[in-house]
Amino acid sequence: MSLLEVDKLNVRFATPEGEVAAVNDLSFTLEPGRALGIVGESGSGKSQTAFALMGLLAKNGTATGEVRYLGSNLLALSEAQLNKRRGSEIAMIYQDPMTSLNPYMKVGDQLMEVLRFHKGMDRKAAFAESVRLLDAVKIAEPKKRMGMFPHEFSGGMRQRVVIAMALLCRPKLLIADEPTTALDVTVQAQILKLLQELRRDFQTAVIMITHDLGVVAGVCDDVLVMYAGRTMEYGPAQAIFDSPSHPYTRGLLHAVPRMDHAHGADRLATIPGNPPNLLALPPGCPFAPRCHDRFETCLTPAPLIEFAGSRRRACHRSIAELSENESAPEGVVA
Amino acid sequence: MSAPLLEVKDLHVHFNVGREGLMPWAPARMLKAVNGVSFSLKAGETLGIVGESGCGKSSLARALIGLNPIASGSVKLDGRELAGLPAGEWRSLRAEMQMIFQDPLSSLNPRMTIGEIIAEPLRTLRPETPSAAVKAEVARVMARVGLLPNVINRYPHEFSGGQCQRVGIARALIVRPKLIICDEPVSALDVSIQAQVINLLLDLQQEEGLALIFIAHDLAVVKHISDRVMVMYLGRAMEQAGADTLFATPEHPYTRALLSAVPIPDPMRERTKTIQILEGDLPSPISPPSGCVFRTRCPIAEPRCAEVVPALEPRGTDAGHAVACIRVGLAAAA
Repeated sequence: MSLLEVDKLNVRFATPEGEVAAVNDLSFTLEPGRALGIVGESGSGKSQTAFALMGLLAKNGTATGEVRYLGSNLLALSEAQLNKRRGSEIAMIYQDPMTSLNPYMKVGDQLMEVLRFHKGMDRKAAFAESVRLLDAVKIAEPKKRMGMFPHEFSGGMRQRVVIAMALLCRPKLLIADEPTTALDVTVQAQILKLLQELRRDFQTAVIMITHDLGVVAGVCDDVLVMYAGRTMEYGPAQAIFDSPSHPYTRGLLHAVPRMDHAHGADRLATIPGNPPNLLALPPGCPFAPRCHDRFETCLTPAPLIEFAGSRRRACHRSIAELSENESAPEGVVA
Repeated sequence: MSAPLLEVKDLHVHFNVGREGLMPWAPARMLKAVNGVSFSLKAGETLGIVGESGCGKSSLARALIGLNPIASGSVKLDGRELAGLPAGEWRSLRAEMQMIFQDPLSSLNPRMTIGEIIAEPLRTLRPETPSAAVKAEVARVMARVGLLPNVINRYPHEFSGGQCQRVGIARALIVRPKLIICDEPVSALDVSIQAQVINLLLDLQQEEGLALIFIAHDLAVVKHISDRVMVMYLGRAMEQAGADTLFATPEHPYTRALLSAVPIPDPMRERTKTIQILEGDLPSPISPPSGCVFRTRCPIAEPRCAEVVPALEPRGTDAGHAVACIRVGLAAAA
């Protein structure tokens, strides 16, 4: 049985300006111990997907569809039932290590709280286990650190504490929402290496939400590319990076300057225009207004079609029809 | 050889951080944010400055433009000394040197229209300009950065991040500066928008012959845009070289670690490359290590590194390549 099966997940927000469709018909599966990368820009719905899985949507948000975790639908659970699973079986790491710890509590108390709530451990056992996990995430002098407050830690160390906290109950699924975006590259390299080691040692499945294609390339087995709340492309990471099958994925891959390419003052290929306003999405494919390859049919929604075994793409054009990525004329923006 | 546009010699920027946490009679402590940095910049050239948070790159940029006090050293723009310049004389220089900031929205006054924001430097620095000419100039730079004329009466909150950054660039351009200092100009933007802004900066530089100081923590972006690159760590320059040389044959152990940590958006390469992980955290800039500031995390440090402050000395075949490390010289000689 798959660890997680997401089937036609929809997230809607009721706002004074109208209903916002943040996530539309999202489906994916995750096997135990695997890593899925969800890639997209701001407003693509990647973070709201994570919040919906955890039952943490804002009050005006509703999630429909099915999220089957080991067979049981998470969206149908009561708050009390969810609380039992959150933190113990499914854990989450947030983007900002500065704000995801309680500034008024010692780090040790915050770690022990998790174990005492979920595992019913006494103080002594919880303390020992917390120290063990701090040691596992390579924090020096873990016993001394237990008595310190979050402000006494650097950004990278705080993110380690958050990771240790997420792993305390040996979750089967770890959702990491931009875990390294706020960190420097050398610290990012430390944290990503740590996540990979922990994944191997604890057999934890990971959903990595990020905008950084490099991070995805290093960590993830599968990749799901989102745009305006919809799946553009989904498949094994190597296949997507080698032969991107959607114009948006191609655009993204060509728009980032790369360390392994020769230096040159040539222009980057750009995706013209701006990300769409979720309140006024274009009919049909949401990416069409910015797409080089659009034609009349793009005014109707593109279904997500399976191809090459496990891959899926949502585009009316066939792969052979897609233009090689010549730079689009610079769009004048309004 | 023509005289450099900007010449910086042994620049120091110090901040008084007081005696918080110390006994009242203890001497106040100084944070040496920039500690003896030298470089020169020719007209039309781009210098990239890279380093992690706390390395002093932003303090350096702000000191160049007079937003931070210069403790000692010399900054010459077109032969004019800026260190110790009375506040009243700065104004005439600001038309030569402009700045683009990291956060595109908060660097624009929310109560001013786009037209007013862009016109402001011209009205302030050249108040004699007739208003018809101001209008014409505003229209010129707006067209130049790709903003449609009809947005002139809108307010910043109506714009996306990328468009706000275009406004920031237009505002810097209107006084026809020779040098623009860009402090993390694209790090707050989405990938697809980032490419648009980088292309715009490259075009402007070629067409207007601008010199750029480009500060960023994203090494791939710096590699793409810079002619020369300076790597900073804890207030000091570690290595300086032409962009091609620096990224192809980095000499300093810190540069090597930094470059190896950047993720590459290609799963095969990303998973097979060797990352040199830097252990530990950045030392406190209030009490930096003696000798070489990098020695506490350096993989090739030896006892002598604690005694000698390495000078930035020319290395290798490339004339502009300079490295501050005593071990690099030894390794080459051995």
